[in-house]
Amino acid sequence: MTNETRTPPTSPGRSRSVVDVLRDAVRDNMRQYGMLVALGLIVVLFQIWTGGTLLLPNNVSNLIQQNSYILILAMGMMIVIIAGHIDLSVGSVAAFVGALSAVMMVKHDMPWVAALVVSLVIGALAGAWHGFWIAYVGIPSFIVTLAGMLLFRGATQIVLEGESVGPFPHGFQQMAQGFIPEMGPYTQYHNPTLLLGALVIVVVLVQQWRDRRSQLAYELEPLPFNIWVVKCVAIVAAVVAVTLTLASYRGVPVVLLILCALLIGLGFVMRNTVTGRHVYALGGNKAAAKLSGVKDKRVTFLVFVNMGTLAALAGCVYAARLDAATPQAGLMFELEAIAAAFIGGASMSGGVGKVMGAVIGGLVLGVLNNGMSLVGIGTDYQQVIKGLVLLAAVGFDVWNKRRAGS
Amino acid sequence: MSRPVLEMRKITKSFPGVKALAGVDLEVGAGEIHALCGENGAGKSTLMKVLSGVHPHGSYEGEILLDGEPVAFRDINASERRGVVIIHQELALIPHLSLAENIFLGNEQARRGVIDWRATLRDATRLLRRVGLPDLPQTRVSDIGVGKQQLVEIAKALSKEVKLLILDEPTAALNDEDSEHLLRLILELRAQGIACIVISHKLNEIRRIADRVTILRDGRSVETLPVRETPDAEPQIAEDRIIRGMVGRDLEHRFPERTPYTGADAGEVALEVSGWTVRHPLDHQRKVVDDVSLEVRRGEIVGVAGLMGAGRTELAMSVFGRSYGVYDGGSVAVNGREVRTRSVPEAIGHGIAYVTEDRKTYGLNLIDSVNRNISLTSLPSLAARGVVDEHRERQIAEGYRKSMNIKTPDVFEQVQRLSGGNQQKVVLSKWIHTGPEVLILDEPTRGIDVGAKFEIYSVIEQLAAEGKAVLFISSELPELLGMCDRIYTMAAGRLTGEIDRAEATQEVLMRHMTMDRN
Repeated sequence: MTNETRTPPTSPGRSRSVVDVLRDAVRDNMRQYGMLVALGLIVVLFQIWTGGTLLLPNNVSNLIQQNSYILILAMGMMIVIIAGHIDLSVGSVAAFVGALSAVMMVKHDMPWVAALVVSLVIGALAGAWHGFWIAYVGIPSFIVTLAGMLLFRGATQIVLEGESVGPFPHGFQQMAQGFIPEMGPYTQYHNPTLLLGALVIVVVLVQQWRDRRSQLAYELEPLPFNIWVVKCVAIVAAVVAVTLTLASYRGVPVVLLILCALLIGLGFVMRNTVTGRHVYALGGNKAAAKLSGVKDKRVTFLVFVNMGTLAALAGCVYAARLDAATPQAGLMFELEAIAAAFIGGASMSGGVGKVMGAVIGGLVLGVLNNGMSLVGIGTDYQQVIKGLVLLAAVGFDVWNKRRAGS
Repeated sequence: MSRPVLEMRKITKSFPGVKALAGVDLEVGAGEIHALCGENGAGKSTLMKVLSGVHPHGSYEGEILLDGEPVAFRDINASERRGVVIIHQELALIPHLSLAENIFLGNEQARRGVIDWRATLRDATRLLRRVGLPDLPQTRVSDIGVGKQQLVEIAKALSKEVKLLILDEPTAALNDEDSEHLLRLILELRAQGIACIVISHKLNEIRRIADRVTILRDGRSVETLPVRETPDAEPQIAEDRIIRGMVGRDLEHRFPERTPYTGADAGEVALEVSGWTVRHPLDHQRKVVDDVSLEVRRGEIVGVAGLMGAGRTELAMSVFGRSYGVYDGGSVAVNGREVRTRSVPEAIGHGIAYVTEDRKTYGLNLIDSVNRNISLTSLPSLAARGVVDEHRERQIAEGYRKSMNIKTPDVFEQVQRLSGGNQQKVVLSKWIHTGPEVLILDEPTRGIDVGAKFEIYSVIEQLAAEGKAVLFISSELPELLGMCDRIYTMAAGRLTGEIDRAEATQEVLMRHMTMDRN
């Protein structure tokens, strides 16, 4: 029991000053803002170092496509870690499902949409397999998924008989390599991308406005109006910048749509649904969550089913990008995904983190990879630097928490 | 008064935004037992952290003198070398190591890095005898009870040539017998010339052992009062006098007035437990709760008294969705209808709420915010098709913050940053919001300061006045006597008595609580 008291509460009637609001926001999200700032700095650094190549429209598209599967895995991994677990099997599951999809499409001529759906179901089953042992039998996730890592890696080699299988139907390839098609008259930009950007801006603004209205309706204290306006302007500016960059090359990569859908969907689930809240509660204090009526086994099981499905999706995207399923696919993916989640604000003991954080963490690693390759740093040094970044990110967090605590 | 072994002068310690200590003075005589009292947040623990070097020299203002000589501790090791040893409330023993290994942990009996097991075992045996523990030094810590573990901590302190022993709430987790043993040991140590600072909420213990008491309030030392003239003398200070110093006012009413519930269904039985039997989760032979039947009416506050190990918490948790042990018969009826409470969601669904005795382990998600902790039990009711209405959630939390007087900067604050009393209010809010018919409160005021206790009592009183049935488990008999309409007593898993408010006294309760099963 600590005997320290907190500062007396500010009287609820008085509205908070602009400085207070900003200070609280930064304090509560130190890790996320910290990583966002770090991501910005890394981007600026390599933008200068590469002489402007990093942010060229074609490189941005490339960056998104080559990191898509890690980002997909990182989002799922974040949820697993929030729940207080770990999943070491995702690289192997991705390889296994990629291999099965290849066999279905190439050897059995299955239509690619059907193959994709079946692949996702198989991924979900692989996740259910892990989830069963972890949630209902009670074996630690580290061990279950370590076993899964070996098991599915072996299964991949069995399915592929040690060979690469490809190439894939055009539609399947497009998932990882394609862009949404150009339409309408020739402008300097990619028309559907501009349209999509405008749509996003409208939706975001409407959403922000409704949120504010609803806070007022519940007599809660919303953000001060001027800060709210700045926030909206910042969001619009960011969307415009990304839209124009993508629109001046070949438009929005298909895989970016998948990523955005996952980010919004999973972010919503984790923040706004009962199940998502239960995941946080379980990771934060399992005993208390159980005594509060959280169905711990079911929630844990679902978390792993979700992870398995995402691993399957990542496996398909990776195979589609290579245009072949290989026995070596997905090696070390689990570690990249775990690193992304921790850089993005997850905690070893569970209960904290945001899906958005995993994306930021994944992008930090992705931009580092891409930038370092562009300036000609070898993969040997790249590994060293990524290791140090992971250590620095988590170290910063630990240091920051200790400073806040003492 | 003998020459002081410790003097702390004008100690001031600030944390960002908070002044935890503001010019505190403390003086402890040689061979004196000095009690330190104050509400939670008064600064007791911070003061002891300053003394023991947890907050190193330079991070506070003021000076510390040991045996008249100024000292500047950089860390705990530095203070221990000077014979100042602190035993924290949360014990710091390693469960899988033996008593001997724990006693010499960090202070190993070794020669050039190689442990001298003979010396270790010999000295450990000697130290264990000194604190009155009959166990072998090879025994593992996980095999002995909390009471004995506390004694091992003291043996560990003795191994360091302790001159000044600091005990932070030493008896908080102990039963009466173990507490008694510990208090006697502290008195013996005094006879051997070891001075002792005891932080305690238990005023009767302070009266029993202390020579003087220093009272802290809001980070200041308010006063130092003599408790007794000589070690063998009777205490000359009343508990009310100490309480007055702690809260800065007279607490005439330690318990709120009761308003009887006058609804149409007043007096109807809301909770009825019949023949409830539970076996130990690991040792299936043992009945932890044995054929217990009880009832609670609407608007009634019914106490459950019992010593540690009597099976009160086990009974409550087992009724609440079989959260403890192996069910072995019995039924639960709510409002006269038998209900199934095989899981926690079922129990909640039938209007039962259980407020745990251990809020940090079983009650709260400490790293989450106030509003999310309050909403956790009632998320489905806040959600439409699985989607939580966050604004409604925040509004509810704001409501409880006002009605329960939860002191927090805002409802997004992490619960772990709140004081114990405010954390308990969060737990209560979370269960009240499930709209229960029956509330089982397990030690709802444990580790909470006097002022917050009164607030909690008022909340309980109000729940009863609204017609809820309250089952109130407590180890503090005055609290049961002050709050309850009836009191059940338990011993060794059985119900040993049902006593009306009019007939209940501490003596009567204690007699029933110590009844042998037959």
